[in-house]
Amino acid sequence: MAAKKPEFETPVIDHDQLVPALARGALQHSQPFVAKPEIQEGIGFPGELVDNWQRVAVDKLGELVGKSRGLQVYLDSCVKCGACTDKCHYFLGTGDPNNMPVARQDLLRKVYRRYYTLPGKYLPWLVGAQDMTEEVLDEWYRYFHQCSQCRRCSVYCPYGIDTAEVSMAAREIMDTVGKGQKYCNEIIGKVHKLGNNLGLPEPALADTLEGLEEDVEEETGVSVAFPLDVKGADVLLVTPSADFFAEPHIDGLIGYAKVFHQAGLSWTISSHASEAANFGLFIGSYDNMQKVALRIREAALELGVKRIVFGECGHAWRVAYSFLNTLAGPFDFLDPRYPVPQHIIEVTHDLMKRGALTLDAEANDDKRVTFHDSCNVARASRMGNHAGGQFSLPREVISSVCNHYYDMPANTIGEATFCCGGGGGLLTDDLVELRVKGAMPRMQAFSEVTERHGITHLAAICAICKSQFSKVLPYYGFEMDQVVSVHQLVGDALQLGSPE
Amino acid sequence: MSVLISGLLYAAIAVFLIGTGLKIARYARTPAPLKIPTMPAPLTRAGVALRMLREVVLFESLFKASRWTWLFGWLFHAGLLLALLTHLRYFTEPVWWWVALIAPLGPYAGMAMVIGLCGLLGRRLLVDRVRYISAPSDFLMLLLLLGIAGSGLVMRYVAHTDIVALKQFALGLAALAPAQLPGSVVLLAHLALVALLLLIFPFSKLLHAPGMFFSPSRNQVDNSREVRHVNVWSPRSALEKGADRAGDNGS
Repeated sequence: MAAKKPEFETPVIDHDQLVPALARGALQHSQPFVAKPEIQEGIGFPGELVDNWQRVAVDKLGELVGKSRGLQVYLDSCVKCGACTDKCHYFLGTGDPNNMPVARQDLLRKVYRRYYTLPGKYLPWLVGAQDMTEEVLDEWYRYFHQCSQCRRCSVYCPYGIDTAEVSMAAREIMDTVGKGQKYCNEIIGKVHKLGNNLGLPEPALADTLEGLEEDVEEETGVSVAFPLDVKGADVLLVTPSADFFAEPHIDGLIGYAKVFHQAGLSWTISSHASEAANFGLFIGSYDNMQKVALRIREAALELGVKRIVFGECGHAWRVAYSFLNTLAGPFDFLDPRYPVPQHIIEVTHDLMKRGALTLDAEANDDKRVTFHDSCNVARASRMGNHAGGQFSLPREVISSVCNHYYDMPANTIGEATFCCGGGGGLLTDDLVELRVKGAMPRMQAFSEVTERHGITHLAAICAICKSQFSKVLPYYGFEMDQVVSVHQLVGDALQLGSPE
Repeated sequence: MSVLISGLLYAAIAVFLIGTGLKIARYARTPAPLKIPTMPAPLTRAGVALRMLREVVLFESLFKASRWTWLFGWLFHAGLLLALLTHLRYFTEPVWWWVALIAPLGPYAGMAMVIGLCGLLGRRLLVDRVRYISAPSDFLMLLLLLGIAGSGLVMRYVAHTDIVALKQFALGLAALAPAQLPGSVVLLAHLALVALLLLIFPFSKLLHAPGMFFSPSRNQVDNSREVRHVNVWSPRSALEKGADRAGDNGS
């Protein structure tokens, strides 16, 4: 029986990297499921569209502009120079003009201008200002859920205008009037209730980790621990819950455990904060983001750990690296000799440099590997002690455990990296057309490096990237299992039980 | 006529100064809740100053984005700066030495502006992506600036103005004692367009000039793990006050 045919065409990979012609309304039909009332109310928003929602939306916009210098400057400063117009992967994959970053911002900016600027109040036609209407809200819902908040446009904007901030504000306004996105908001509710995105209760988590211990022992003959809620452990590992279940994520988790094991570090996972992801970021809700982040503080205090280490997850690392100190700090109760928090790549990199890990790169000789810089790691955070460490550290780690490593084209990696197409709260099946089309630029670069260097594997350090690639690789003629966790490569190369 | 144009210029300057000043004050007062520099970002204040300098002087990000837009945009802005500086010769007596030195470059500055503006207008008309995002005001803004640069060049090369009388007027204007304006339609148009530009500055996208200095994605230091950035409106910050920490809430 043939697999169910998709109702859209997968973009054709074209190595000329041409900018598409405008295709108005090409993805007008794409929108995610709307959250049900109980989901909305569970995270502090009205269950359905409030009566005077236009007024509420406009007021909320004013409130947000007053609370965020960035948002205010971004809404005022755009000169429509067009620098960003060919930078968004969703535009490149669809040609829909509303997916040009400036056009996406303008969906909100035209309302800001109408209600909060002089020319917009009196001469709306002149500056493209528009009333807050049902059509506008509908457009917002569609197109602000076609932004993965990857910040690629902000790299190229002469003023650093960050569409991610605008799309977060728009989502926060939509939530405030009662029109939220099911995928994100349901997940946030689960974290508040159970501590992780999957809604995995403590006993199930304990079972899973126990199973992993058995699997690893069976495979390697070495007893590697996967500790849960161990008081007095040195390291609290906070990792995306996908690491407990999904492929290839789980092999990454095994990799972290092997690293901790061989380095002799005492560590633990917390069932209270069994999630690194923080979808509060995606919906622009400071309150929800803070509430989720505080679980990590609570867990660290409760377990009495000395360090906090994050597993492989892109936006989680953004919230951890850039925001955690603000949201849930100060962390003066932790060991001051270590940065708070640390990325697992930083931990592994440091151990490698100190010679604390016995590695045999030949274990990965069957693979020819390239690395996908996750957007949030690349453009919203850092690793190590120098600017750009988020690019060099993962590559140094991979190169230490793989003999065949090759980069994708320079204009698609580093700060110019393309989003996987599933970030920013869009990793849901109701948006699969968007996800496939948005993955086009990354797939183009991957296919180029595959042809040139015979690449077999795409290494990633983000749970969302890994799930997204597993889903979209087959659409482009690749295999879903070509995506691997960086720590799977590390784990496979680690020589466990090495002589004392 | 002199009184009218003087009045208009004074009013325009007042609106420009007060309007832009209020906007800058507002930018400065509005909190930056989180650290959001576009990474990789400098790890020190000095590094940030250098990054801003490269943006302001070289248009670094725009250069990465689009060479044509960069070329035309940079030509226009460099021409505008040079033209503004050479105009100081109308307002200083004796003329400052360095102003006298660059004065001969004035016409070239005007030409650079015109070339840059025509290039930007061409892009706005011909590139479908840029045309799509353009509102009427975006075209009019370019035409306004073209009008200013063009009328300046016309006075230099076609319809000469009485420079001595103009300088008297300018000095008078600066001394709050406006003198007689030389009778020239082109000059009137030039000054009226400048007044219009000043009038719309605080209410338009021209705010990108002060705005870019307040852009958190460019002006923040990458030090969120080392220095705790405090969000003043965070519900937790009230609780934290007791255990007060010297948070860096500067950008």
